[in-house]
Amino acid sequence: MKETFNFKNAGNAETLEINFGPQHPSTHGVFRMVVQLNGEKICGLKPVFGYLHRNHEQIAENLPYAAMMPYTDRLDYVNALANNFGYALAIEKLAGLEVPERAEYIRVMMAELARVVNHITVIGFMLNDLGAFFTPLLYAFRERERILDLFEEITGSRLMCNYLRPGGVKRDLTDAHLAAIRAIVTKFPAFLKEFEALLTKNEILCMRCQNIGILPVDAATNAGITGPVLRASGVNYDIRKVDAYSIYNRFDFKIPLGQKGDAYDRYYVRVLEIRESLKILEQALAKIPQGDIVNKKAFPLLKMPRNFKPPVGEAYARIESPKGELGYYLVSDGTPQPWRYHVRAPSLINLTLLEEMCLGQKIADAIIILGSIDIVLGETDR
Amino acid sequence: MGFTKNKAGVDTPLRTELAKKGVVWTTLDFLYNWGRRSSIWPMQFGLACCAFEMIAAACARYDIARFGAELFRASPRQADLMIISGTVTKKMAPQVVRLYNQMPEPKYALTMGACAISGGPFIDGYNVLRGIDRYIPVDVHLPGCPPRPEALLHGLMELQKKIASQEIQKTAWYQKGLKREFPIPEFGPNGLIPKFNPEVWQPSKENPRREHYGQTILVGKKLKAPDLELAAAPQPAAPGAAA
Ligand code: SF4
Repeated sequence: MKETFNFKNAGNAETLEINFGPQHPSTHGVFRMVVQLNGEKICGLKPVFGYLHRNHEQIAENLPYAAMMPYTDRLDYVNALANNFGYALAIEKLAGLEVPERAEYIRVMMAELARVVNHITVIGFMLNDLGAFFTPLLYAFRERERILDLFEEITGSRLMCNYLRPGGVKRDLTDAHLAAIRAIVTKFPAFLKEFEALLTKNEILCMRCQNIGILPVDAATNAGITGPVLRASGVNYDIRKVDAYSIYNRFDFKIPLGQKGDAYDRYYVRVLEIRESLKILEQALAKIPQGDIVNKKAFPLLKMPRNFKPPVGEAYARIESPKGELGYYLVSDGTPQPWRYHVRAPSLINLTLLEEMCLGQKIADAIIILGSIDIVLGETDR
Repeated sequence: MGFTKNKAGVDTPLRTELAKKGVVWTTLDFLYNWGRRSSIWPMQFGLACCAFEMIAAACARYDIARFGAELFRASPRQADLMIISGTVTKKMAPQVVRLYNQMPEPKYALTMGACAISGGPFIDGYNVLRGIDRYIPVDVHLPGCPPRPEALLHGLMELQKKIASQEIQKTAWYQKGLKREFPIPEFGPNGLIPKFNPEVWQPSKENPRREHYGQTILVGKKLKAPDLELAAAPQPAAPGAAA
């Protein structure tokens, strides 16, 4: 199969087309892009998708609603719990289920822990791409392992948690778990301080990241970019505030914003977001009530998933996943399997402006820009 | 299978005596395998979720460096071991086979996770290859979804055992006329052509999924889309209630 890429100034004798990926250490999995170069400057970039297309949506159409929950873990495998959250919200909307108070708190805590895990991992990988090979990643993973231990204790799995259920959560948190979360929340700022001392004012990081890959506000909003990438450009848009889904309106937290929208801002917004997540965690720990963890009305759905038939209708639920707006769209036709299931994956949509961000930059910077967008291929290709 | 014994034909006291004088008496096999198994260089190549556990195994807590395998090489030409960590889709399979072909002999492959072994949770997907062993020979299979980093270390130790059991005179890569190029499948309009490499894999006569589950799960085709507008429209009041 011969591939053609319609570059604007193709055929120009001065340009050179090179291929990145799908096997490349810094394409975050199996992403592939074809870059057109003039000297060292990028004058065209085409992403090629589909190397990890795992038929997520088609599989959902053959499965009962509750059975899709473990598959959502595998969408964005860095923060599985946030994916569960969005899917659970979508089913609840479709079936009209309420969630008990305690379960809401547990969900928010888990989602925020997942955000912390995601952001430190991403920062580690971004620095890996910068050439700080492995050292920042080792620091990040040291801390990540502590949180993953907690996940394992609570949910039974390190990565693929499969913890949230429509109408609640799978298992209750004991006091020991809460104490463990508290320990992480109290110890984490010290780690962040160490991490930031290494990185934030690091001259190499500043020189490589500042003024690289600037994303203008209007381009970002036009393309539907969300998440830290959008907020780094200075747009105050966070679905936790806009929609206030679940119980996010009860917490007091700020939305960190960048000024320029360059790769450095994207790095720094993430660091600040970790701090805000810790704040939310602190408040949730203080306020978490006693009570049920699953709505009793959800039992038929959970105990006999193959007989659960939601009414005909559609539902769209969205959450602020660490990467942006993660939406789940479900159409029910009254049978146990959905008629249509669609995921609005933030990674894919944030990638759409990669070419605009990279044009005119050096080839080495394209890697940093890609790293700063934070993509996960499981979600991009689905 | 076990580690190669130091089978040099000298009794132990004499060998100890010689060792004190700085003379090492060993077999070539033992030395050769000891060197190879203690510095396996894996290829830095992540496919999907399982890659994260591979990275975790390389990081501080699990520290694959204790087994001499910390040097992840980005180029297949410098690697000994290919850790196939994640779902191999049909679009990706030709690339994986090509990378395996590019690795120099002796080379080993380790599948990590249910997906690379058999398709795993995504086995029903139209674009998912049901196991990379259809195209290349695999030395170690690591089940799990994802396998824990400890499991990867265990897989590595099993591979070390395999390496240690090989004999230098019989190994394939020192024989004359060795040709270990595996044909690269092509990604056609209806999946991969050919469907498998008959030299390394043959379809099984039984249907293991059917045996395991007792039945194959059949899902009726849905042909008619639900009428959402009808469902969303306000229900007409029951005639009895209006009266
Ligand atoms: S085996 Fe599981 S964790 Fe590994 S790639 Fe497949 S779905 Fe992901």
